[in-house]
Amino acid sequence: MLDVRQDFPAIAAGAGHFLDSAASALKPRAVLEAMNQFAGTVYANVHRGAYRLSTTSTELYEKARSRAAEFIGASNPDEVVLCRGTTTGLNMVAAGWGGEHLRPGDRILLTVMEHHANIVPWQMVARRTGAVLDYVGITEDGHLDRDGFVRKLDLQPRVVAFTGMSNVLGSIPPAAALAEAARATGALVVVDGAQLVPHRPVDVQSIGADFLAFSGHKLLGPTGIGVLWGRPERLEEMEPTEGGGEMIANVELDHSTWARIPHRFEAGTPPIIEAVGLTAAFDYLDEIGMESVAAHDAELTNYALKRLSEVEQLRIQGPLTGEDRGGAISFTLGDVHPHDLATILDQRQVSVRAGHHCAKPLMRVLGMPATARASISVYTNNEDIDALISGLEEASGLFGI
Amino acid sequence: MALEELYREVILDHYRNPRNRTALEEPHAAAEGVNPLCGDEVTVELTFGGDVVAGVSVRGHGCSISQSSGSMMGEAIKGLDREAISVLSRRFQESLTSEDSNSESEFGELAALQGVRRYPVRVKCALLPWTTLDEALSA
Repeated sequence: MLDVRQDFPAIAAGAGHFLDSAASALKPRAVLEAMNQFAGTVYANVHRGAYRLSTTSTELYEKARSRAAEFIGASNPDEVVLCRGTTTGLNMVAAGWGGEHLRPGDRILLTVMEHHANIVPWQMVARRTGAVLDYVGITEDGHLDRDGFVRKLDLQPRVVAFTGMSNVLGSIPPAAALAEAARATGALVVVDGAQLVPHRPVDVQSIGADFLAFSGHKLLGPTGIGVLWGRPERLEEMEPTEGGGEMIANVELDHSTWARIPHRFEAGTPPIIEAVGLTAAFDYLDEIGMESVAAHDAELTNYALKRLSEVEQLRIQGPLTGEDRGGAISFTLGDVHPHDLATILDQRQVSVRAGHHCAKPLMRVLGMPATARASISVYTNNEDIDALISGLEEASGLFGI
Repeated sequence: MALEELYREVILDHYRNPRNRTALEEPHAAAEGVNPLCGDEVTVELTFGGDVVAGVSVRGHGCSISQSSGSMMGEAIKGLDREAISVLSRRFQESLTSEDSNSESEFGELAALQGVRRYPVRVKCALLPWTTLDEALSA
């Protein structure tokens, strides 16, 4: 079990039992200090000035790109687009690749457990292009329906996009196997890595997808920055979705040409300070080691599943065992509404998410409008889980169940 | 403040046994309210005999606060005329949102919801049926 709580100033400042890391993670001091230090010393805009500060800033910004590439096993930093986050990355692929290549009747295959960020952009491009959406379901125990997935592949989807780890169920689909099968049919494969990348070692070579998007802020880094990784040939096929400074090779009055990849996808002044914070987050996680992060996550997930299963009338939505699942655990307690649970738990300094988790189609499949969700990060410990259980017992008492 | 002040028995009773759930066949006034943040939903339907509420239906799903507030609201407005309803609605909403409130006595059962004042994020739950009612009346 990791013991890194002292690295997180928010915990000392009273964050309490913070169990909403799947929404956004707390930041280690190393990330905060790196940004502060940078902004207060050598900060300037990037890729523009010939002066010393700008050159240094550019080097540090580009360092984030190469660290991102290393972190996910990409062979070349040019395969990494720095963007606002997972949502922006997925929108870029849907509009920029899908908008160029999808034709009326082309199928876009998603899963019912996607976050809205991996549904709505595809709906938008489907409306524009006449492509149609298709969905793979889930099994009774909250995993992706692999047989259903294979059957849907027979329909020759042009795009297959799925989550690396469900933000509601916690289930971790076999990304490499799914990507291999989907690519064999000629589909573009897009992985939403928002929940997976912060919790498991991820290697884009072994997953074998075409695109992977993830966010800095769920990875102990700052908000406002994330990564879209893409195979270079796929990035070349993708149109920029934003025009402006920085993304051009040449601009005439009536037309422009684009800069080379990945810069053509980074119009305007990028999140420079955040890039420095993201580098610090990669460094921090690599120092712990992603294998250790995954082991910590698995151990606590198993502990939480065990303790939760002992609570009367508590129902876990998602896999009941730690196998192929991560530490995002959704549940309901009797007829207590999740918002009431969140309020009761909050009185004990236990922060959980309550609601539809930006996954309304999945909530419909589960047959409930809302769940409560506790989620785990490197700073989570057994006491956080124990506090959750005590709070749930109090809720049971208050509601007489 | 203890959570018992928020989750009073009368609130849990209305949550579990909501009143006036049957849809009205031909409502004279109706509105649907949604809190997009949390997904809570309330539908309010009214019929009038002259200016006075004759039939009420309040349906929806959501947390104990929004649903009990709707159930108690339906009971409270039966037999009131439009003017009296809008006064009650305004005064009740003010009682939850204004700085100081000492008007518990005028609200009967609804006073049980005053506990929500201490939980700012939950005030909107208690208000949802009332803003939906306002919308139905102004349509």
